[in-house]
Amino acid sequence: MAKEHPILETRDLTIRFGGHVAVDGVSASFERGSLTAIVGPNGAGKTTYFNLISGQLSATSGAVLLNGEAITRLSVPERTDRGIGRAFQLTNLFPTLSVRENVRLVAQAKARKGFDLFSVAESHVELLERADHVLAEVRLIDKAEQTVAALPHGDQRKLEVALLIALGSQVLMFDEPTAGMSVDEVPVILDLIRKLKSDMDRTILLVEHKMDVIRSLADRIIVLHNGALVADGAPAEVIALPVVQEAYLGKTPDASANSGEAA
Amino acid sequence: MLTRLLSGDTPRSGLLTVLLLIVLVSLAFAPFLFPGTRSLETAARICIFIVLVASYDLLLGYAGIVSFAHTMFFGIGAYGTALALSATGPSYGSLIWGTVAGAVAAAVFALAIGLFSLRVKAIFFAMVTLAVASAFAVLVSQMSWLTGGEDGLNYRIPRALTPAFKLFDEKILGVRINGKLLAYYLVFFVSVILFLAMLRIVNSPFGRTLKAVRDNAFRAEAIGYRVVWYRTTATVLSAVMAALAGSLLAIWLRYTGPATTLSMEIMIDILLMVVIGGMGTLYGAVLGATLFILAQTYLQTLMGVAADATSAVPLFSTLVAPERWLLWLGVLFILSVYFFPSGIVGRLRAGRV
Repeated sequence: MAKEHPILETRDLTIRFGGHVAVDGVSASFERGSLTAIVGPNGAGKTTYFNLISGQLSATSGAVLLNGEAITRLSVPERTDRGIGRAFQLTNLFPTLSVRENVRLVAQAKARKGFDLFSVAESHVELLERADHVLAEVRLIDKAEQTVAALPHGDQRKLEVALLIALGSQVLMFDEPTAGMSVDEVPVILDLIRKLKSDMDRTILLVEHKMDVIRSLADRIIVLHNGALVADGAPAEVIALPVVQEAYLGKTPDASANSGEAA
Repeated sequence: MLTRLLSGDTPRSGLLTVLLLIVLVSLAFAPFLFPGTRSLETAARICIFIVLVASYDLLLGYAGIVSFAHTMFFGIGAYGTALALSATGPSYGSLIWGTVAGAVAAAVFALAIGLFSLRVKAIFFAMVTLAVASAFAVLVSQMSWLTGGEDGLNYRIPRALTPAFKLFDEKILGVRINGKLLAYYLVFFVSVILFLAMLRIVNSPFGRTLKAVRDNAFRAEAIGYRVVWYRTTATVLSAVMAALAGSLLAIWLRYTGPATTLSMEIMIDILLMVVIGGMGTLYGAVLGATLFILAQTYLQTLMGVAADATSAVPLFSTLVAPERWLLWLGVLFILSVYFFPSGIVGRLRAGRV
């Protein structure tokens, strides 16, 4: 009987740095159109888990499968081509280029026009239109001409989300998208993520610390602790679990010792 | 039409436009505006170096890659043309096959170096290019049976490009239209075409991607660009352009030797021209190369005049004695880098002169 593959799956995914096991045999699968929050204390391996999925790190053992196909050995751009999009925790943009150019570059990558040597980039009107469309969506259109380095932090976070929207991948990974944003800007980002999930049927993975954000967005939570998956389920259930109260919310004394570990 | 020719990359500064036009007009009419062998030599050098410096800026300013092998590619082009002209005689055929062979050899070398070393840290690539370029220079000077060693190669070029050839009997505007003049216009027009081609490349989707790779290679990968291939392609293109500039030099000088093409001094000159003109803008190459070569050629003369005029003032006349020209050239560079950290073009475009 033919079984429908989950869009993204990790099987026993593990990475060791010397003696330290940063991600320890994590198996999880993600269905189309779902939004999964990944939580855990600092150093639990959340960002490392993301890096293993998007390819910045290669797994020591285990596998990453996209639509049932192993992508564990592929490079970062190959995984991006296959449909994995990634936003970063620390803002990670093209600082000397304009806001519009940042998004245009993503549209250009998607249209596979990067190796076009003979035409003038500005003549590809469809890429500029696509960029402006996305910028309008994240409410950055009036800053399109500005250089990214001169942008306030909140706008850089918005641009980070804009790049993922422009990429339009099947799987979108956000690493603390609202970190360092002002209170009135947070809902803008959350609305965008919600829209990506519902209107575009994207599968979203979200690393987030703010419980209210998780409650309002996630249909599922997985909890990492010391690199291992310790809980997986619907938000209400998972938050109520003692292991989560202990590991994530820091209800016991030894939680503070764990939070000091490096990822 | 003009914007199209410039690939939409206009100078974007009034003063810069004026300066570029002065350079263009002066070079286009150099034989008529500045008659004399020395000024024509200087004009041809400027044309060739504009291409060479622009091709280096493609790598350094746009792709953010530091290479010390640029004179090697320049030399490969020059030796390609020189060897072909020596081996198969002074025909246009040998001129063309030598130039093409030089460009292909440069491309293959650049591809090998790029694939071998662009995956790793930038400093490693810089060291590899330095090592390869030094090895190449030693090889050329040792293989004297082929390359003439340190003495280099003297050869003949097609007669129509030599001073002995006269197109008309009368002079035009007081200048005899001879083969040397035709050779100058060959250099000039090929340089213009190569420059415009590079201007197109840096403004193409590929050129924009290079800037993204320079700014943040990590993120460029994450949005789907295979960074190694972009860097390698940039290295190959830049090498081919440098080789073509080398072929122009070989045709112009009718001599090719290590000192005119491969020396580390030329490599440093190129670096200075890029920095003075402004990295990441090809117009910087035009101004950088022009100013540098003019200073290199005429500073000594100018100082001779100044020393004579001030011979009554003891200390000052010693300071400006012609043999101290290198010292003053150095001072000029330090001042220009200090006052124009983003280069002349960067400064002009920022609007504050």
